[in-house]
Amino acid sequence: MPGLNDLYQEILLEHNSKPRNFREVEEANKTSEGYNPLCGDQVTIYLKVIDGLIDDVGFQGSGCAISRASASMMTQSIKGQSVEKAQEIFDAFHDMITEPGAELDYDTLGDLETLSGVNAYPTRIKCAVLAWHTMKAALTGDADAITTE
Amino acid sequence: MTTGDRTAAAAFDVEKVRDDFPILKQQVNGHPLVYLDNGATSQKPQSVIDAIVRYYTTTNANVHRGVHTLSQQATDGYEGARAKIRRFINAGDDREIIFTRNTTEGINLVAHSYARQHVGPGDDIIVSNMEHHSNIVPWQIVCEEKGANLRVVPIDDTGELLMDEYEKMLSPRTKLVSITHVSNALGTILPAAQIVSMAHAYGAPVLLDGAQAVPHMPVDMQELDCDFYAFSGHKLFGPTGIGILYGKSDLLEAMPPFMGGGDMIKSVTFEKTIYNDLPYKFEAGTPDIAGAIALGAAVDYVNNLGFDQITAHEEELLRYGTQALTSIAGVKLIGTAPHKAGILSFTMDNAHPHDIGTILDEQGIAIRTGHHCAQPVMLRFQIPATARASLAFYNTKEDIDALVKGIDRVLEVFG
Repeated sequence: MPGLNDLYQEILLEHNSKPRNFREVEEANKTSEGYNPLCGDQVTIYLKVIDGLIDDVGFQGSGCAISRASASMMTQSIKGQSVEKAQEIFDAFHDMITEPGAELDYDTLGDLETLSGVNAYPTRIKCAVLAWHTMKAALTGDADAITTE
Repeated sequence: MTTGDRTAAAAFDVEKVRDDFPILKQQVNGHPLVYLDNGATSQKPQSVIDAIVRYYTTTNANVHRGVHTLSQQATDGYEGARAKIRRFINAGDDREIIFTRNTTEGINLVAHSYARQHVGPGDDIIVSNMEHHSNIVPWQIVCEEKGANLRVVPIDDTGELLMDEYEKMLSPRTKLVSITHVSNALGTILPAAQIVSMAHAYGAPVLLDGAQAVPHMPVDMQELDCDFYAFSGHKLFGPTGIGILYGKSDLLEAMPPFMGGGDMIKSVTFEKTIYNDLPYKFEAGTPDIAGAIALGAAVDYVNNLGFDQITAHEEELLRYGTQALTSIAGVKLIGTAPHKAGILSFTMDNAHPHDIGTILDEQGIAIRTGHHCAQPVMLRFQIPATARASLAFYNTKEDIDALVKGIDRVLEVFG
């Protein structure tokens, strides 16, 4: 069984202590709020989408190291990408987290692969996917608050 | 009890007690289980497990019906458990002991059958800032339906109820006070008897949420003089799915049923149904007979240990744990009232409670992390969540030492 060191990798801890794009995007034209009712984790995703490109992205909120690092790494991975590409990255990430043993799409995932250890911790999967579902809801204009329960 | 018995009882042998709990012998993630999540649910002694097995092996039949032998034995067991629980909480009458599923159901029963009848527009229901959601939401539903107000007694930074504020909140508009006896998130033991007598001065009845109190201290309905008292069997070393609502018989008599069905009626015609007497009026349908009998066995077990020993042991553990956690830099205890039951809720500067929980679990240590179904408490302390170690009489100083070692590992990861 993978141990704690696989879960709390250096890159994850670094994103937790210094999250990237941890800010409100003032010119955001798509935002969504995500919420994990069981543990109280909360995240808001801000997207500025111009002509099908994610021009800027930011997040705010509170949560554990896994949810924070996952949100931070997500913003890095989708910034500057097309909406279609963001959807592809979402799918690759989602498969990696929720389907242990699935073949990883390393090209699409890049650094996100360091979060793969989460799939050995079923109680923590919700933490890792919260920001992602929230981002997807913002892109698709789903007005309801997202929960990962 | 003879003097000899008392001497023997005075030597509380925690290792011998632990032998009664088979689950405590196992390894989790390669480490001996350190179970510190008793506030969520307690473990069960062999005698409780045996009571369930014995019931289904030898006695299983429905209660209060049928003339056959097993039905009579099942009824005797079920009613015998009721009498044990009546004595355990020193209620005046078996009719005042209603079997429910859990604390939540007991509170909802009072909300439905008492509050809905007595609360009107502009009236007040009073709760505290440290209630479990189960002692908030049922009252919000009633208040919304009736146009009444939910008033919340504030707490101070240690987690103590502000009694002056409570006093000011009471008025002739107060139709019910529903307050926890022991806070699940903070461990505070509330001055329940005083809370009750102050409400009574305004003619308001009081429901006490005893879920976190009954496993730790003797509770006495005559001393408390509360009107309702709700608790769960599973936090009291009994099985899940069985709970108790105590109510004063005059109030219960006047209340309409909570649920309709079999067992709660005397006679049914399509023109008129006559309800059964207490407590059966509030026990519609086939109850959890095995659960009730096993809860009786749990009460026997606790009585046999005795609360003198239980509280002395737990107070010592709490003192030891408080000292240990407060001496770790970066750890902050949430809930520091002078009068506390065995709950150590804490936060760490650099680690979120969920990460703490995962790292401790890796070492076989079970704690609860999150808001503990008490989000208003988290809001009061401006934190999203806590890590909570909650004690029972079978915990040891070694368990606390393991917790401290586990926290050291958290510090290694999160610095």
